[in-house]
Amino acid sequence: MDTQTQNKDILRGGQFLVKETNCDDVFTPEDFSEEQLMMKEAVMEFNDREIIPNKPRFEAKDYALTEEVMKKAGELGFLGVAVPEEYGGLGMGFVSTMLTCDYISSGTGSFSTAFGAHTGIGTMPITLYGTEEQKQKYVPRLATGEWFGAYALTEPGAGSDANSGKTTAQLSEDGKSYKINGQKMWISNAGFCNMFIVFARIEDDKYITGFIVENDPNNGISLGEEEHKLGIHASSTRQVFFSDTVVPVENMLAGRGEGFKIAMNALNIGRIKLAAACLDSQRRITTTAVKYATERKQFKTPIANFGAIKLKIAEMATNAYVGESACYRAAKNIEDRIALRMEAGNSHQEAELKGVEEYAIECSILKVSVSEDVQNCADEGIQIFGGMGFSKDTPMEAAWRDARIARIYEGTNEINRMLSVGMLIKKAMKGHVDLLGPAMKVQEELMGIPSFDTPDYSELLSEEKAMIAKLKKVFLMVAGAAVQKFGPDLEAHQQLLLAASDILIEIYMAESAILRAEKNAKRFGEEAQASQIAMAKLYLYHAVTTIEQNGREGIISFAQGDEQRMMLMGLKRFTKYANYPDIVTLRNSIAEKVTAENKYCF
Amino acid sequence: MKILVCISHVPDTTSKINFTEGDTKFDTNGVQFVINPNDEFGLTRAMWFKEKQGATVDVVNVGGPETEPTLRKALAIGADSAIRVNTEPTDGFVVAKQLAKVVQDGGYDLVIAGRESIDYNGGMVPGMLARLSNANFVNTCIGLEVEGTAVTAVREIDGGKETVSTSFPLVIGGQKGLVEESDLRIPNMRGIMMARKKPLTVLEPVEASAETASVKFEKPAPKGAVTLIDPDNVEELVNLLHNEAKVI
Repeated sequence: MDTQTQNKDILRGGQFLVKETNCDDVFTPEDFSEEQLMMKEAVMEFNDREIIPNKPRFEAKDYALTEEVMKKAGELGFLGVAVPEEYGGLGMGFVSTMLTCDYISSGTGSFSTAFGAHTGIGTMPITLYGTEEQKQKYVPRLATGEWFGAYALTEPGAGSDANSGKTTAQLSEDGKSYKINGQKMWISNAGFCNMFIVFARIEDDKYITGFIVENDPNNGISLGEEEHKLGIHASSTRQVFFSDTVVPVENMLAGRGEGFKIAMNALNIGRIKLAAACLDSQRRITTTAVKYATERKQFKTPIANFGAIKLKIAEMATNAYVGESACYRAAKNIEDRIALRMEAGNSHQEAELKGVEEYAIECSILKVSVSEDVQNCADEGIQIFGGMGFSKDTPMEAAWRDARIARIYEGTNEINRMLSVGMLIKKAMKGHVDLLGPAMKVQEELMGIPSFDTPDYSELLSEEKAMIAKLKKVFLMVAGAAVQKFGPDLEAHQQLLLAASDILIEIYMAESAILRAEKNAKRFGEEAQASQIAMAKLYLYHAVTTIEQNGREGIISFAQGDEQRMMLMGLKRFTKYANYPDIVTLRNSIAEKVTAENKYCF
Repeated sequence: MKILVCISHVPDTTSKINFTEGDTKFDTNGVQFVINPNDEFGLTRAMWFKEKQGATVDVVNVGGPETEPTLRKALAIGADSAIRVNTEPTDGFVVAKQLAKVVQDGGYDLVIAGRESIDYNGGMVPGMLARLSNANFVNTCIGLEVEGTAVTAVREIDGGKETVSTSFPLVIGGQKGLVEESDLRIPNMRGIMMARKKPLTVLEPVEASAETASVKFEKPAPKGAVTLIDPDNVEELVNLLHNEAKVI
């Protein structure tokens, strides 16, 4: 544990929706320990020295360079941060893992993808599900970068529907090995990996099974050509063909038919780490754009002085800030949950698995939100650069192309949106999170007469916190009524689920930013945190707008007549500000701060 | 071989420099601090002696508790132990006095200090420390080899280099050239974790009073606007160069 676990009530996964969180209970980037700050600096230095100066080579599809830099990352211990010490790693906590992933990822999406694929889905299935022998054999090599891993799940006919893969595993007559046959697609690191995690079906099993397969061309493994991709040019992405590939039975991961579960759980971790991997890109893009905007003059004025540019700078910085707030909040929840489970006697393996699984909803939320933010950030970065932004000679063009994949891999954002709501409802059904009680209360509230008192909002961020509480009611109202109406068939109403998930996402992100700003204002002073407070307010304003729109769309998609009218009135009540924030002033103050510092400075 | 590397805790080179209290004090607000670059070249060379010749390497800083992260970074890079002399580094003399005590008590063969720290650029400490410690002194050192007790040092001199031979005890005023920028080390994760477990001793200062005091700081005047003159208007150019810039 590198961040102290306090004796406190840790929020359970999905519980943020029905429980008010105290700002003192959230972890923020300002809470990094001295050791974590040193790690952050080391990783940033690595990025500045080994990755950024080589950007043109990465863009020119220099796959060997990706491998070479991965080796160097291994030498510095960056690949083993999350791996337990007994398997050659550093056994650091989840926050440190996220931090490494965050700050190593902004140089190029090519390296970021290779790093994420190796340390996340390439290594974690073994640390989480492997037998002692499997872990002893493979993990130390993976943790140091002596070997690289890849994850082979997707097939030409099995993308989002991951369990539908056609790759087969057939037990030999002597019962000592399996023969794997099939074709895998979009396999990151395929070109230089030493080992694959392969998912294949045994006989007519309902679920696929995971195997550790060493990359040996003499064992029926062949690779397709490198794919020509829109972005992440130097990330090796190939098809992998297995033809009578012999895998000893002891290389089966977990049990027969457990593969889908492994695949999904590995993706939970992959998702939250992918979100972290999109953060520093946003910081760096914002900084690059701000530097340009202060130097570029039009009409004899640096363009950073124009309101239209201030708007962009403020929104870019705000989204990065919000993403950080939410990612590290969830990361610490996961770390604390793991620690708690270990105290309760779980093995590290089991504790980590269950700890992350607990927050699968948050993992999906973060993946969607932050991957969309980085794309928008790069897009506005191009816009600030104007014509120059469209040129390959400036860094925005590659940033924009590299960002695009984040909305697709680790489960598309559509799948993750639907999953987030679906998992939450499942948790409620199982009684893990009490949504029903609060949802009933909201229904009662809808029937009642609203209070006409003007609340006292003089305390810092009190109106914003009250707004968050109301926004949670919007979700409970819409999702609650939808579950009542459709029951298990809700799954088929995808557009409704998408609308509900946008409400859920915005609540988590906005709340995380408000709590961080509040915590920091309390300890560092309101004046010093003026920009953070402004960003929390600005983001909430957008969240309210998004939630209002999606709430309306959801309601009118399934409710009619009086029910619809009542819910729309409720929506209006739950999204109403007593005092609208002055958005233009907020944006200007944020942009002016970022411009004065000439970098993303939070 | 016992090596002591003196580590200054200085603002990152990209920091915005401001002053407070009527321009008498450096404003540390929002400033990130790093190992003084000249010291980092020395530390990296010291690590080479540790790895190739079995030297022990201690690091020392004169300053308040806020400098400890900088010392721990030096530990993460590979130094064996750290010492912080708990006093304000008010001027070069005070710092040299404190360091001299550490050198005397520790019995170091080789002390590597940066030629100057990049904050106040005093450049006084290595020389004074050598004198106070009765040690040999090589300043602006860009190369250092040790064979038994024989030391060969290369100095940068105006327009060239000078190679000198000397012996321990020795104080070096080092700079880039001792190692190159590409040799500087990024602390590895294990080093960072180990740094926590390595000793960091805090010593109380010996008595020393500053011999100089800062009266005020001034930043360079901001660059003025550029006057553009039509290429045909040579007369005006001459006029401005003569009367305004006063260069011809």
